[in-house]
Amino acid sequence: MAVGKITFTKTEREKLAEVLWLLNWISVVTGAILFGLGLFLKIEIQKWQEVMSEQGILYVPHMLITTGLAACGINYLGSKICLDCADTNKFLRWKLVMMPYIVCTFFFTACVLVGALMCYSIRSQLEEALYLGLRNTMRFYKDTDTPGRCYLKKTLDLLQIQFQCCGNTDYRDWFQIQWISSRYLDMTNSAVVDRVRSNVEGKYLMDSVPFSCCSTLSSRPCIQHNLSNPGAHAHYDERSQQLNLWRRGCQQALLDHYTGIMQSIGLTVLLIWLFELLVLTGVRYLQTAMENVIRLGDPESESEGWILENSLAETACYNFSIIKSLGKCYQVDDDPNINVPTAAANQEVPSAQVQVNVTS
Amino acid sequence: MALLVVKFDLKKRVKLAQTVWFMYWFAVLAGILVLSLGLFFKIELRKRSELMDNNESHFLPNVLITMGLLACGINAFGGKVCYDSLDPTKFAKWKPVLKTFLVFCMVFNALLILTALLCFIMRIPLQFTLAEGLKNGMKYYKDTDTPGRCYMKRTLDLMQMEFRCCGNDNYRDWFEIQWVSNRYLDFSAKEVKDRIGSNVDGQYLMDGVPFSCCNPSSPRPCIQYQMTNNTAHYSYDHYTEELNVWRRGCRDALLSYYGGIMNTIGALVLLVTMLEVAVTIGLQYVDTSLSTLANPEDIESESEGFLLEKTVKETFTDIMANMKAMGKGAKVEEGGEEGVATVS
Repeated sequence: MAVGKITFTKTEREKLAEVLWLLNWISVVTGAILFGLGLFLKIEIQKWQEVMSEQGILYVPHMLITTGLAACGINYLGSKICLDCADTNKFLRWKLVMMPYIVCTFFFTACVLVGALMCYSIRSQLEEALYLGLRNTMRFYKDTDTPGRCYLKKTLDLLQIQFQCCGNTDYRDWFQIQWISSRYLDMTNSAVVDRVRSNVEGKYLMDSVPFSCCSTLSSRPCIQHNLSNPGAHAHYDERSQQLNLWRRGCQQALLDHYTGIMQSIGLTVLLIWLFELLVLTGVRYLQTAMENVIRLGDPESESEGWILENSLAETACYNFSIIKSLGKCYQVDDDPNINVPTAAANQEVPSAQVQVNVTS
Repeated sequence: MALLVVKFDLKKRVKLAQTVWFMYWFAVLAGILVLSLGLFFKIELRKRSELMDNNESHFLPNVLITMGLLACGINAFGGKVCYDSLDPTKFAKWKPVLKTFLVFCMVFNALLILTALLCFIMRIPLQFTLAEGLKNGMKYYKDTDTPGRCYMKRTLDLMQMEFRCCGNDNYRDWFEIQWVSNRYLDFSAKEVKDRIGSNVDGQYLMDGVPFSCCNPSSPRPCIQYQMTNNTAHYSYDHYTEELNVWRRGCRDALLSYYGGIMNTIGALVLLVTMLEVAVTIGLQYVDTSLSTLANPEDIESESEGFLLEKTVKETFTDIMANMKAMGKGAKVEEGGEEGVATVS
């Protein structure tokens, strides 16, 4: 009971081969697009990798890049095969390659789907990475003299200016860390010493933010210090407070930015996957049709093409038993029915045994 | 004695016509390039016209756009003529117009060279426009409640951050104007009253700069206020401190930005001019090679093509003589009219 059986005449087979040749060439282009999308995503992530804690998210663009290259290669081979499939004589040349080629295409199409789904599922991982990364960057903001961290201040300032955000979740995050280096604090000043002593960890905490948090939309010069005390500033009303600093947190800003990119990429990859699935189905039909033609012996006759020769359950059982028997051929010594002769003939017997196992 | 004579047979003539036709299509693309460069420059000027007091001169981009359109038209026409030159019947249609067209092409090429020169020269008026515009922009920084100027603060802040500059010549320009609006000053505070009283105009001047002047590369948090007072900040010397705020003035920054654009456009226009001169010379050869056929009926006969019919000196004296004759012809007409008037 074949799955998806269709009968093909000779002209239909030839037309199918031509159409598939064209579709395979288009697939090479989509493979290049996939590669480009992966490269673009990698560059975007690397731009701000300093504020992300672990690099685990890079596996998404790497997956897209490898799948894109594989797509180009496989579909280029596929276009060559499909062009030859129109003629039964030329098809014989490719007969042995067809099945592995279809299996490879099936796996790589599955990889494309996995790539698309990864783009959507990465959000929670990204959120975590950004939260931790930004927290660390803010902590190391003042360490402009420590090698390895000396550019974090510049990176964070540029991030806050470009994405119009302040702090991790809120501008108040800056109140909880010391972002002024001790090098620039006058420890002889009693006010400074009081502040440092006022908290357990001995940090110089203030209710102020760096200049990069200042909003360009504000109608008054930026108020960076004494933010918890609105009365300290002249005419600092509710509206001024709203416009003074960027209200959004940088975690949210970056998350939105990357989610937007990944959603568009994910959608494009899904469309490419649907297209590849179409090409795969067409190639499978062409392969089975051509094989049946050769089996029937008459190149001019009609033949049937299908997706699976037997029903889904039977095919699954059959493949399972093949995998089991492949596993069995390495257990030669345990089978009591096999005669294991003396050492002299030991070299020959195992290979003969293996051959027998496979053909059965 | 013609200048740069080249002998042509049919094969060579066909090859010449095809090459020149091909080059004309490149020249059309070059014309489109000049047009798009003019548009790009116009858009760039418009983007920051607020900083130039809406006073900037759009003369150069308009010239570039016109020349680009003219180039497209002229080159398309020249290409058509070259294409038709392979067929004698079609070419006969264009023959009478060709001489005037070639003169027109030469004038156009001279104008292109002038345009390229203009690109390099227009930097100077731009410098003055920028200086004036930025000075006024800084004056209106605090007027965020005045209609027509309420976006000046935002524009100036964004510009200082984007171009990494501060003030007009340098950051000290901010010390000379009041950039904090009176709305946000507490007039009951003694410090405010002292500052306002300390200068003739009654302005609140301070040695501080807006936040957009801050340099993110500075190792210490930005010092915006009391910049000239070393004791107000720990371990701070304002003479040696280089990374705190942007050192460059915005006039310099904007001028080098626009200057860079104009230099590039000027260089590209020069390259386009060279291409145009080449196609004009090519068309001249096509025209002369078809006019000097040894046997006018037989298209396969040999011919000569030349750049100028006589030597450069003779051509020049010819042109001068023509112009004098035209001038005299006008005088004779006037004299004749007078004579007629007196007679009657």
